Amino acid sequence: MNILAVRNLSKAFGGVQAVRDVSFSVAAGELLAMIGPNGAGKTTCFNLVGGQLPPDAGELFLEERNILGRPPRELCRLGVGRTFQVAAAFISMTVRENVQVAVLAGEQRLNSAFSTFERNDKTEQILLQVGMDAQADRLCAELAYGDLKRVELAIALASRPRLLLMDEPTAGMAPAERHGLMALVKEIAKEKGISVLFTEHDMDVVFQYADRVMVLSEGEIIAQGNPADVRADPRVRRVYLGEEAAHA
Amino acid sequence: MSWESILIQLLNGLAGASSLFLVAAGLSLIFGVTRIVNFAHGSLYMLGMYLAVWLSGRVGFWVAVPLAAVSVGLVGFFIEFFLLKKIYKAPELLQLLATFALALVIKDAALWAWGPEDMLGPRAPGFSGAVNIAGSAVPQYDLLLILLGPLVLVFLQLVLSKTRWGILVRAASEDREMAGALGVNQRWLFTGVFVLGALLAGLGGALQIPREPASLNVDLRVISDAFVVVVVGGLGSIPGAFLAALLIAEAKAFCTGLGYSEATLVIEFVIMAAVLVWRPWGLLGRAQAPAKNPGFAQAPAEFPARKVFIAGAVLLAVLALLPVAAGGYTLVLLTDMLVFALFATSLHFIMGPGGLYSFGHAAYFGIGAYAAGILVLNKITTMEFALALAPLAAGLGALLFGWFCVRLSGVYSAMLTLAFAQIAWSAAFQWNALTGGSNGMVGIWPAPWLASKTAYYYLTLILCAAAISFFWRAIHSPFGYALRAGRDSPQRADASGIDVRAVQWAAFTIAGLAAGVAGSLYAFSKGSISPESLGIQRSVDGLVMVMLGGIQTLTGPLWGAALFTWLQDATARNLDYWRAVTGMVILALVLLLPNGIGSFFQKKK
Repeated sequence: MNILAVRNLSKAFGGVQAVRDVSFSVAAGELLAMIGPNGAGKTTCFNLVGGQLPPDAGELFLEERNILGRPPRELCRLGVGRTFQVAAAFISMTVRENVQVAVLAGEQRLNSAFSTFERNDKTEQILLQVGMDAQADRLCAELAYGDLKRVELAIALASRPRLLLMDEPTAGMAPAERHGLMALVKEIAKEKGISVLFTEHDMDVVFQYADRVMVLSEGEIIAQGNPADVRADPRVRRVYLGEEAAHA
Repeated sequence: MSWESILIQLLNGLAGASSLFLVAAGLSLIFGVTRIVNFAHGSLYMLGMYLAVWLSGRVGFWVAVPLAAVSVGLVGFFIEFFLLKKIYKAPELLQLLATFALALVIKDAALWAWGPEDMLGPRAPGFSGAVNIAGSAVPQYDLLLILLGPLVLVFLQLVLSKTRWGILVRAASEDREMAGALGVNQRWLFTGVFVLGALLAGLGGALQIPREPASLNVDLRVISDAFVVVVVGGLGSIPGAFLAALLIAEAKAFCTGLGYSEATLVIEFVIMAAVLVWRPWGLLGRAQAPAKNPGFAQAPAEFPARKVFIAGAVLLAVLALLPVAAGGYTLVLLTDMLVFALFATSLHFIMGPGGLYSFGHAAYFGIGAYAAGILVLNKITTMEFALALAPLAAGLGALLFGWFCVRLSGVYSAMLTLAFAQIAWSAAFQWNALTGGSNGMVGIWPAPWLASKTAYYYLTLILCAAAISFFWRAIHSPFGYALRAGRDSPQRADASGIDVRAVQWAAFTIAGLAAGVAGSLYAFSKGSISPESLGIQRSVDGLVMVMLGGIQTLTGPLWGAALFTWLQDATARNLDYWRAVTGMVILALVLLLPNGIGSFFQKKK
């Protein structure tokens, strides 16, 4: 069964067709990687699915529900969590407060201006899960970038998502850290039955952790399938891996 | 009222639009390249007027106008070179404050140089006659101005599209970092653009002198008009500024032509509201990139809750015992301090945790004060009920204006708050029947049982302490965290399920309500109110108090308000140039101590 179905999605910025007639689906519980060279339309695609941008055309379904045109905050309530390319945590708060505010937001319990901002078990569980419990009282502004990415993951998990959108989850991290984070994502996803759609530059990470891979080039999907098939696809090698080889 | 009179008003409006366009175009150009909204742009216009009047008497009108424009350009050079260069990398709020301070200094400089009286300008030689159009006399000079607007528009468009300098300006407006990377010498580009913008403002002012006298009130009127024009036209778009200047000037002229001159304020507001709902970035504007240095993302200084509680209780006890020792005069001063502590705390709530810059918070203070006065003087309610109802009026005002302000971000929102405050001020100033116009209202006294200074002091202490502790509580409540989340990362907050606008709107309304409490307390303590109570000066006072105390501290607004009120009381009566002093204090704070005096006491984590 599919958790997310994307049909004929298109978006242009001025004269540039960033995303062209893209259709794909994410199966329940799978980790789907979206790859492609710079400027292929990955982040635009993410922002269309995440409700940050309105598409020019196309349809979006979360399970059977039409979610086209819904703002991110509503998608969050419907079970979509997301992280951003440049880690965006609440910089003035501690790690615990970051998660706590997201947990309460998910439960729509942020309206009171009189009550106390109380700790809760769910926050502690998530902190433990992402391995940030020991640093829970540190200010986000002081964290190493890799840890900040974990905090962002924790925030995204706070609303109990069924679908997690992760735009470049390991960007800016050292190679060893990348595997640590992706292993963690995979573990949590499998344990909780969360589907994950992610973009990634590091091919090692993609082929090691993704159940399925989808390749975007110039706004269009040129291949999708299991990692081995995609790796062998001649078009992909030409468009994408070829470019990498040329750089190397 | 006839078609002829409407036609005359429309031509009159077109002539006015030209001046307005010159100012707005300069404002837009400067913002496009430097990302600084120059709050002192209306002051440069005013300076252009004064210089032109003064020079006309010496070298004649036609030499005086260009000379005044060039002089204002030169002033612009000094401003850019000695002040703005130092703050290009500072947080947005500090940049806004610095140019605001500049406006205060320029106003007092004009007061010092030319005195408080309006100065009448000469007629333009060669254009002093009138042309007969549809049976009415239209001044030749108006027709000249009508032609000038489009000429300047075409000239600017040519410079921007055909010259190398203009192309660099456009490149820098598109992407400052990229232009820098391409080897554009930003320092001189910034200086050049600022000088051009200042020159345009000076020219706009100088050209206006045959139509209206130079006066010290021009600066704020022009800057708020210019803000409305760039918000409607789209910040950074020169043709947008032209279109919006025409639209607004014509709509106002039409109202005047129909015989409803009071409606001009309303029509301005309606146009702005309609455009913002339909096209949030203005008629020809484009969506604004999020600020690269939004600033002040620090946590509010948090002592352990127990310590705050004890310190608050001690402070409250001291304040409660003071009337035993203090004389009447001290009590009045303390009452003022309490009122402004609440005013500053409410402003801090939206600026600190909320991240919304308000340059017009006095509007809600003033609405509260006026509502109290109107209720009591018209014998609608007793004083006690007025004190309860008046803040609701301020809250309603904040509910209405806030809806627009939270739809925009950063500088856009700041410009709107100022424009709304100016609209509220004009309403108080013009609506004689209700507000007493420029004289204000007198005889707003508290009920007999509160008439003594001591009794009123206790009333103020109780209400202000309660309201201030509410804000302290709110900052650390779930709502306060939602507010901070929306400030720290709007995108992240939205994706986490927080309705950022709704949260900000609620905060804006609550802050307006509390400012209304302060305003109505103030009205009853003084016995009178005047339009000054919601003037821009009062909004600036609030900003200085918050800045003095330090924006990221919890108790800062208290110390800031107390210090500022005391300073003003001690020196304002002996000092002719209080505004300039305020301006200098702000500039010193911005340049030397951007975190406020409160930062001295703040523990480093």
